[in-house]
Amino acid sequence: MKRPLDIIGKPRRRIDGRAKATGQVRYADDLAMPRMLFTKLLRSPHPHAIVESIDASKAKKHPGVHLVLTGQDFPIPFGIMPVSVDEYPLARERVRYVGDPVAAVIAVDEQTAVHALDLIEVRYKVLKPIEDPQAGLQNPEPRIHDYGEQGNIHRNQSYEFGKVDEALAKADLVVEDLFFYEGNTHLPMEQQASLAFIDADGRLQVSSSTQNPHYLHRQLARALQVPEHQIRVVATPNGGGFGGKCDPGGHEFVVAKAALVLGRPVKIGLTREEVFYVHRGRHPVLMKMKTGVTKDGKLAGMHLQTLLDGGGYGSHGPASTFYTGVLTPVTYHYPRFKFDACRVFTNKPACGPKRGHGTPQPRFGQEVQLDKIAVKLGMDPAELRLKNVTKADALTASWLKIGSNGLADCIEKVTQMSGWKQRRGKLGRGRGLGLACSTYMCGAGVAIYWNKMPHSGVQILLDRSGSVIVYCGATEIGQGSDDVLAAIVAETLGVDIATVRVVTGDTGIAPVDLGSYSSRVTIMMGNAAVQAAERLRVQIAAVVSETLGTLPDRVVFSQGRVFAADNSGPGMSFVEAVHAAEAELGTLSAVGSYSPPKPPGKYKGAGVGPSPAYSFSACVVEAEVDERTGWIHVPKIWIAHDIGRAINPTLAKGQVIGGVYMGLGEALMEEQTFRRLPQKLSGAFVHRAPSMLDYKSLTSLDMPEVEVSLIEDPDPNCPYGAKEVGQGPLLPVMPAVANAIFDAVGVRVDEIPITPDKVLRALHAKDKRVGPTSFPTVPYPAPTFVLPPWEDGDGKETKRDAKTAVV
Amino acid sequence: MSRQRLALTVNGERVETLFAPYKTLLEVLREDLALTGTKHGCELGECGACTVLLDGAPALSCLVLAVECEGRSVETIEGLARGRELHPLQAAFADFGGSQCGYCTPGVIMAAKALLETNPQPTREQIKEATAGNLCRCTGYQQIVDAIEDAARRLREEAR
Repeated sequence: MKRPLDIIGKPRRRIDGRAKATGQVRYADDLAMPRMLFTKLLRSPHPHAIVESIDASKAKKHPGVHLVLTGQDFPIPFGIMPVSVDEYPLARERVRYVGDPVAAVIAVDEQTAVHALDLIEVRYKVLKPIEDPQAGLQNPEPRIHDYGEQGNIHRNQSYEFGKVDEALAKADLVVEDLFFYEGNTHLPMEQQASLAFIDADGRLQVSSSTQNPHYLHRQLARALQVPEHQIRVVATPNGGGFGGKCDPGGHEFVVAKAALVLGRPVKIGLTREEVFYVHRGRHPVLMKMKTGVTKDGKLAGMHLQTLLDGGGYGSHGPASTFYTGVLTPVTYHYPRFKFDACRVFTNKPACGPKRGHGTPQPRFGQEVQLDKIAVKLGMDPAELRLKNVTKADALTASWLKIGSNGLADCIEKVTQMSGWKQRRGKLGRGRGLGLACSTYMCGAGVAIYWNKMPHSGVQILLDRSGSVIVYCGATEIGQGSDDVLAAIVAETLGVDIATVRVVTGDTGIAPVDLGSYSSRVTIMMGNAAVQAAERLRVQIAAVVSETLGTLPDRVVFSQGRVFAADNSGPGMSFVEAVHAAEAELGTLSAVGSYSPPKPPGKYKGAGVGPSPAYSFSACVVEAEVDERTGWIHVPKIWIAHDIGRAINPTLAKGQVIGGVYMGLGEALMEEQTFRRLPQKLSGAFVHRAPSMLDYKSLTSLDMPEVEVSLIEDPDPNCPYGAKEVGQGPLLPVMPAVANAIFDAVGVRVDEIPITPDKVLRALHAKDKRVGPTSFPTVPYPAPTFVLPPWEDGDGKETKRDAKTAVV
Repeated sequence: MSRQRLALTVNGERVETLFAPYKTLLEVLREDLALTGTKHGCELGECGACTVLLDGAPALSCLVLAVECEGRSVETIEGLARGRELHPLQAAFADFGGSQCGYCTPGVIMAAKALLETNPQPTREQIKEATAGNLCRCTGYQQIVDAIEDAARRLREEAR
């Protein structure tokens, strides 16, 4: 029976709010066990070298040292993506970036382990390092890996949806721009830590700050050759993830192996410096974007080319490469769309998934270019966008199915909140407003490894005490997934959320959930939870309906009561109903699971990009620019986010503001850059800033007020209509900042971050622009050609000239 | 390394411990006294996660050597609640979304406690200044400032 919602949609203290405010949450590094040993890793000082020999004999003899491990102890590689298994827990023949771990010491305490690291002698043969993708393209040798497309190209792909050259030839205006987005890192407050031990039953347990315990579990089994059922991974509450704890880390295999060898608990806590080496952050991406538009502002087509700096390992790179293209046509209707993407290995820490995974870079280019087009056409940038927004339930040229779509509402709302029409262009020299939009998926439609099983499972146990115990493998990384789980179960069963206890992130006792990535948890875990709770409701209703004098489908569960829909009788408490049902049916439990819908695209590669739903955001940034110094001040940001429905508005708004914060940091200051050491010191590439002293992020004093509007149009594919909020709101911030700076002082900084020196340079430049000026020749392959849905396409690859396309 | 005896007051209780003298106050709190509520984030005094009150003033415990703390008074997040009841700062952080991952929370709450003891009615700008040394990567600070503002109000009401 439908009824008004009791819990969902009402602002509320999150279920772990008390634990967090009292310091009682046990993060991985807070764990300690009797007889625990400590691990330290020896890392490569060279960006690219052959490991000729490692002599650990002195370290092994050092008092207090229990074990020294090297690459020889790890013959089997790991990798989060089956197509990119290229990493060893400790490097074997080759090191690929400064910081690549080569040996581990396990000792009685950290101090002893640190001393013993100095006693390990490693002989390296230094190789020429590849510093960036351009160098990687020019230098196929030395190859950083002996797999990949060719030379140092890791992934290389091209997709064309309808003949883009034709569309551009017919357009009234074609603009071509180059953009660059520098890499940056997650910088979670908690450094990764792991504790491995052999439990009382002789099985391996690894408690770790991971976002993806299920994938870590599988990779541990693979690399350590331990049967999967002999492993239990517990994802401790993460002190922030943002994608940085998605990949299995070498340190996790090291402590697990050491625990297996020694039979004692073995712990590691990475230092902040090491977290910079582990990285897996935002890819630096160079982009070329060619877009055609009619004179009345209708987009005709786009050809996007991207070049990614992958760093030394595959990580999520194959997916990242796709993501620099696939979500581009979700916000606006492009009748035709083509994208070429190439990821090159370089001798730097591996890049991977950071909040927005591969999409902030092209979104930045796309939204800045739209701003430029609006100027050329003499149109209001908001009008131009509204003219082109995609519709609900539409397909994109690339065959992505969009569900609910609140983008137009977001634009209307954010322009109204910010006084866009009255204020834009009228704030005087040095002050301006900029608008940008974005979208993000609500969970990847395909699992990282191919299988036909559900993406999320939830089990609920009803106890006769009135407790509701919910098991799910989902991982709390700060985003509030435990709260979402408890709220959805409590709402569906009509009980007080305080009676719900969640058991999550534990592969030893909870059903599989694939992990906290791709903004999938609320949707996938939530749908599984609804199914499990509804099954319990059906069981209980069947037993108590007679007592209530109604039909089973007329039984209502709300506010801890179970009663007839017409309120004809006194009803009973939920606990009484549980007692009656348990007496009749036995112990009450149900499971639910969720698999995303099959994507409509049928071409090879169509698995990246589809999602059960897409969130949308629109953002207006106000900027003040000091023309003497280039200094940028952002006094205010307005953002509207189409969330479908907010499960807990306090948390949802917090996610939006947090996303804006991280986006603003990327826009203005955050960058993971490298410098070359003098030749006499090896000439190596090293981090400019492997510490918080140099890697700057916004403080409370730098952060402007953010005004948030949540647009709620429930999506039928989502639990109670709730879409994602963890990643989407970050994405429009960077281009909105760039567009506001243009409105303020008339310069274009076509790269991220936008720092005062670049603004000054642009102010003094003839063309009032700073940004990349050339795009290298990239050997992109011949495109996979697919006709868009509106050109009689069937979603499959076809020959480019097989059919006469209709424009 | 031979251990050294340290006597100090932690959360109002006199504590004695034997510790390795190279350790920071943060390490002694977390490793020797099992008070893991205080966090480490950067080892450099940049992030504020390790903030405790040392003789009533906010201090970065990762930059304080434990040997300097003989006879002194340390307050940590574990000492804040009043029995089962949360301190108003803790309650406000939970209610206003001041914690997301929660890792920075103990440090920010201790910095805020010091602020409210000297300035019971701070402006939002003063709150931001007092907590500017505490990095948070989740919240964008807005709900932290909301929480501290609300806690100040609750504390003023209590004082009335």
